[in-house]
Amino acid sequence: MSREKNWKEISPAGVSSKSSIGFLTGDWKTFTPIRDLEKCTTCLLCVLYCPDGAIRWRPELGKIEFDYNFCKGCGICANECPTKAITMKLEQDEE
Amino acid sequence: MTTQEWKFNTRDIAEKPDLFLSGHRACAGCAPATVLRMVMKATRGPTIVTEATGCMEVISSIYPYTSWATPWLHTAFETAAANASGIDAALKAQKRKGQLKQHIDVIAFAGDGGTYDIGLQALSGAVERGHDFLFVLYDNEGYMNTGIQRSSGTPLGAATTTTPAGSVMLGKLQHKKPISDIMVAHDMEYVATASPYYWKDLMTKVRKGLEVEGPAFLHVFSPCPRGWRSDPAKSIDYSKLAVESCVFPLWEAVNGQYQLSTPSKLVALAPQKKKPVTEYLKGQGRYRHLFTPQGKKVLDEIQRWTDERWAKLLKKCEQTP
Amino acid sequence: MKSICKQELLALNGDESVAYAVKQSDVDVVAAYPITPQTIIVEKYSEYVANGEVQTEFVCTESEHSAITACIAASAMGSRTFTASASAGLALMHEMLFVTSGCRTPVVMAVANRALSAPLNINGDQSDGMAQRDCGWIQIYVENAQEAYDSMLQAFRIAEDKHVLLPLMVGLDGFTLSHTLENVKVLSDSVVQQFVGERQLPNVLTHEGKTVPFKLDPENPMTMGPIAMPNYYFEFKRQQEEAMKNALSVIQQVHDEYAEVTGRSYGNGLVEAYKLEDAEIATVCVGSTAGTMKVVVDELRQEGVKAGLLKLRTFRPFPLEAVRSALKNVKAVAVMDKSMSFGGNGGAVFQEVRHVMYDAEVHPFIVDFIYGLGGRDTSPKEFRRVYDDLHKIVHAGRVDKLVHFVGLRE
Repeated sequence: MSREKNWKEISPAGVSSKSSIGFLTGDWKTFTPIRDLEKCTTCLLCVLYCPDGAIRWRPELGKIEFDYNFCKGCGICANECPTKAITMKLEQDEE
Repeated sequence: MTTQEWKFNTRDIAEKPDLFLSGHRACAGCAPATVLRMVMKATRGPTIVTEATGCMEVISSIYPYTSWATPWLHTAFETAAANASGIDAALKAQKRKGQLKQHIDVIAFAGDGGTYDIGLQALSGAVERGHDFLFVLYDNEGYMNTGIQRSSGTPLGAATTTTPAGSVMLGKLQHKKPISDIMVAHDMEYVATASPYYWKDLMTKVRKGLEVEGPAFLHVFSPCPRGWRSDPAKSIDYSKLAVESCVFPLWEAVNGQYQLSTPSKLVALAPQKKKPVTEYLKGQGRYRHLFTPQGKKVLDEIQRWTDERWAKLLKKCEQTP
Repeated sequence: MKSICKQELLALNGDESVAYAVKQSDVDVVAAYPITPQTIIVEKYSEYVANGEVQTEFVCTESEHSAITACIAASAMGSRTFTASASAGLALMHEMLFVTSGCRTPVVMAVANRALSAPLNINGDQSDGMAQRDCGWIQIYVENAQEAYDSMLQAFRIAEDKHVLLPLMVGLDGFTLSHTLENVKVLSDSVVQQFVGERQLPNVLTHEGKTVPFKLDPENPMTMGPIAMPNYYFEFKRQQEEAMKNALSVIQQVHDEYAEVTGRSYGNGLVEAYKLEDAEIATVCVGSTAGTMKVVVDELRQEGVKAGLLKLRTFRPFPLEAVRSALKNVKAVAVMDKSMSFGGNGGAVFQEVRHVMYDAEVHPFIVDFIYGLGGRDTSPKEFRRVYDDLHKIVHAGRVDKLVHFVGLRE
């Protein structure tokens, strides 16, 4: 783990030095969204509604990607999915 | 490309990169975070963001991390609009000196504290002076960041830590301040309300607000599962129920002329579909104490007030110049 | 020796001198709210704006709090900014003064020093400025309208210096200086342009890993004003303190450069030692009182009294070495305080002077004379009595009373 910088090393005025995509919040979750790809119609509402932007649409792959590194397990995606393709499971394992 | 020309579907929005990045520390199920993501997806070009102290500021800027892919400034709690004023003045100065290469949009985000209460003075002043910025209020109906205290945006009967549900007093004693009507009364070119469930309506309104050459105000309903003691999975659902029960109708006021937005228009056209407020209130822990014999009169008052405001709004929308 | 530049003689009061200097300094944004006795500054500047004499965005904010905030934001955008206030207005800015310094935005402000309420008083004293001594702003107090003009021009250079990057307030006594007409020599626009120049931005490292100019710019996004937890906040404060230390030398450098151009100097920029080399008794003065006191010192010197005066021009950063060195041979010092620090056993200037003299090799007697509160006028005769009291102290070899009042009906 890198040590925290001293006052001479940091930018003045608190200019932030790291993007938050380096801060993984995936370990916050208790429930994990599990997808049933058969039911998914790629309406992409889950991509829009996720508060953490943890669900991404990959146009080049033609598929939706769930980024469990950032998913906090809130369940909004499961709740809003029109075809109930997502269920929240009490699981540690994301497989 | 103007809003009229901007045709977009979920795919278009999903493909746009996020400007409000993952890795922020908002609670699970935080609707304000969804709102911010959506607003930033609706930006049209180079944008500078400024925020008031509050949930969305704190969770996105814990040094050394930042969740902002745009230039971002925070100074204090009551200052979102004053910041925007300074940024706007600086942009105008740059333009005058020939230093500005292209138009830059300015968005000020604030919660109810930074808008309704402590931030009202700066907001009113900035609007009166005509600075070019879009003010987005993410209304989670309380000072959530400091521990769920009441704001003047907290609705009647809601339990907060400074208006708890006790044996003598049943939550907040005053109705929600009509902040958007106050902004319309400032003779603003564009004031609108929005709700994250209706993402297309919200994003269109963001664009319309950005297009105004002057101040614009967008009031976005933003459920807070922590503060409302509601299921985090249902945050977006509540933003739909609020519109369907007319607790938070969706409208725009263009140069003071009110018009209903489609989701609320549907309710107006089919009043039998209007949901009773209890359907909206019942899952929220902050209203739990009202579902008791003593609380019933408050529930009735909430319904009465909601109906009265809805009727007033319908009347305002009817009046064409 | 290089010849000094050509200057024009104008009749200006303190406020007008400030406005004139700001006019010449190519300020991008002025956001201000009127308050007596600063009103002439904003009014005069508004005239310049209305007549197209300046290229400034003039924002008439709805309060001082928003005025300073708009200045912080504009400065964060890379603009040169200015505001002015006094008394309650400065006090209203209090929260944001810390923010201005913490954000390292070099906003320049003129303060027409005025008493604080309650009771309401619109006249001059230094309570407003002194009450802000901890907020991380550089503070320079001027003796006359000429110095107000000169200091404003120096202010932008000092504040914007990349080793400083701290906001700066120039204090001029309310009514005594702000509203009194004086002879002021002003420089030509081109000389000012050359001296003040354009704002130069330092580079900072952002979260994108780029080292870019320190300003809000969509081409190089950066986050300013974040929340810093206990594991980082302390380091940012230490940075500000380092900037204050650097300011000591930068103030002197800019002052000396200005003296070369104009032929006018104010001691070494930090302090002015007036007839102190062999002085036995001396006063320490801040602001216009130094002017009156110089007359008193001259009178006393005529009578053979070894009197002197230390004018404290820069109050923040407090010039420890300069003050110690100036007072080292003096036997008794009277610090003149135009403000109160209730319950503090003396005023702010007294506390600070006494503090730096604690470790001096020789300890003079140091006493406090509080005067002029709420604009109470103090005559040269009353100031003379201060020196008489110092004489008594030297004679008695002890201090009986630490804090005195001049002109108070007791």
